[in-house]
Amino acid sequence: MLRMRITKRQEPLGIGGSCFVLLTALSLSLLVSAVLLYLGGTSPIRGISVLFQGAFGSRYALEDSILKAIPIFLCALGVAVAFRLKIWNIGAEGQFALGAIGATWIALSFPAWPKFILLPAMIGMAMAAGGLWGLIPALLRQKLRTNEIIVTLMMNYIAILFLDFLVYGVWKDPTSFGFPMTPGFSEQAIVGKIGATAVNWGLVHCLVLGTLVFFFFRFTRIGFEIKASGDNVRAARYAGLPYDRLVMLVMVMSGALAGWAGFLEASATVNRLQPSIMVGYGYTAIVVAWLARLHPLSIGIAAVLLAGLRVGVESLQLDLQVPAAFGGIIEGLILLTVLAGGLFTHYRLVPRKH
Amino acid sequence: MTFEIIIALLAATVQSGTPILYATLGEIFTEKSGVLNLGVEGAMIIGALTAFIVARFTGNPVLGFLAAGLAGSLATAIHGVVCLGFQGNQVVSGLALTILGVGLANYIGTGYVGMSAPGFQPLAIPGLADIPVMGPIFFQHDPLVYVSYLIAPLLWLFFARTRFGLGLRAAGEYPAAAIAAGLNVAAYRWLGIMVGGFFMGLGGAYLSLAYTHLWTTNLTAGRGWIAVALVIFAFWRPGRAVFGAYLFGGIMALQLRLQASGTQLPSSILLMLPYVLTVLVLVLSSWRKGTSEQPGALGVNIEPVD
Repeated sequence: MLRMRITKRQEPLGIGGSCFVLLTALSLSLLVSAVLLYLGGTSPIRGISVLFQGAFGSRYALEDSILKAIPIFLCALGVAVAFRLKIWNIGAEGQFALGAIGATWIALSFPAWPKFILLPAMIGMAMAAGGLWGLIPALLRQKLRTNEIIVTLMMNYIAILFLDFLVYGVWKDPTSFGFPMTPGFSEQAIVGKIGATAVNWGLVHCLVLGTLVFFFFRFTRIGFEIKASGDNVRAARYAGLPYDRLVMLVMVMSGALAGWAGFLEASATVNRLQPSIMVGYGYTAIVVAWLARLHPLSIGIAAVLLAGLRVGVESLQLDLQVPAAFGGIIEGLILLTVLAGGLFTHYRLVPRKH
Repeated sequence: MTFEIIIALLAATVQSGTPILYATLGEIFTEKSGVLNLGVEGAMIIGALTAFIVARFTGNPVLGFLAAGLAGSLATAIHGVVCLGFQGNQVVSGLALTILGVGLANYIGTGYVGMSAPGFQPLAIPGLADIPVMGPIFFQHDPLVYVSYLIAPLLWLFFARTRFGLGLRAAGEYPAAAIAAGLNVAAYRWLGIMVGGFFMGLGGAYLSLAYTHLWTTNLTAGRGWIAVALVIFAFWRPGRAVFGAYLFGGIMALQLRLQASGTQLPSSILLMLPYVLTVLVLVLSSWRKGTSEQPGALGVNIEPVD
């Protein structure tokens, strides 16, 4: 058997090589998924084709994929900001929930405000609520050195249950026949659709915010400080960078972006608050951010891909009765294989000599 | 009367605490070797499903229990391949394992939802079960609870008194020194991952074979994450893990009782309790010196170049 040895590369792997590794990882994930489909009694070829057709095969499918990519993109953008500083914010899901709650609060309290005041107010409250939900773990980490992974994750559960508490209780629509949901938003509180498409103006929000985040890291001093501190915390502290304040800043930014996504989901997608908006975009966002290596443009591509995966899995469920959990399997596999492929960025395998 | 309620509540505490205890001890074992495994939830739920299926088809819950351990090891081996083999980031790999494990268990388990499997029944220990107060609380449970009583002291002995335990701790504390001393750090870390995964799988098996005898979607419901938090609360010590796991068992048992008693409190608020408690527990443990007891090289990969 050929034995391999790992050696360090002189230069990091180039763009061509990286793409090759990425494609190999994705193919491998798809292959394992196909085997699982087969074992589950579904024809893998049929399954994979339904998956792709369902995701990108028609105008309706494409629009649905883009629609779902919007919240995933914003959450992933937020997650990536925190990951840049190596702060493990797993809490996008909860920050998303708080954003939706904050926006709903304004929408239900001031339904008659004109649109150009009401929507910004909703966005502001969504960002504040999401940002606050991100700030709490940052403060706890700083003052008490608690582990932000666990705290953000636990705050996801708490936020979702808080949302349940609101829609089953005080905010419940009395005319909803017992369904847990708030009354529908007023016309002024709704982000509309672009022309005759099913896609809402949230897509434009994504483009603007993505560009802003890109410029923030590329051209601002604080953006540079975050990157530098993320690469080497100790060196950054010696250089006098305000590490603690940066931690708070990235967590607030992270939470605010996820909160914005929550606002869009409530306002543009369902036009009210209801528990069904919590479908795990915040977790998919982590996969997206890591796949994209935290780069805003790549996050856009990865967000559309993984949103398409979700839409495709819905078709699989409808057409071939494949359980919805199949989507989680593919997401997990993609993340694991891409992570493993990362080895080849800095190392290479060479045949071992005897 | 109230006294009996309290005894019943404490007995329920031990039961709800047991799956968390298995998982927490597993994660302590893994982290002692220097590997952070956030895939506890994934390994647990895979263990739960394996136990359920094996017990259902063989009719033998003991086989199911052991199979769950193996399945847990197999699941965490994925983490080993990615982190020890391919130098992947341990935080992200663990998360990915949770996403994959929960997806896989729910995918395969879809056909079994609502079905039951032969599980373990309570088995009072003669003599001990008749002790007032202590008997009903600790010694009138199913055999898996008694097995869990043994694991914590055994782990303590392993870490504190054996050569292997010392080697494992060295791999987690200061891998460079361990390598210089001639230890195979990678092998110790593999041991940490696989044995830890075995216990996580057993914790899952407790849920499907003893706590309930049914399969439901998302059976573990975040218990794996609570275990990760409890490791910090326990300062990586098996003894304190027992205390922490029963604390959570208590709050879960209390929450169920309150819900059943028809309280005015909304169920969503009651369901929050374990998660709020997790945050509080982390805050409390950081108030004490504990965090310095974290294995020195936790979460840091070792350079693969030889």
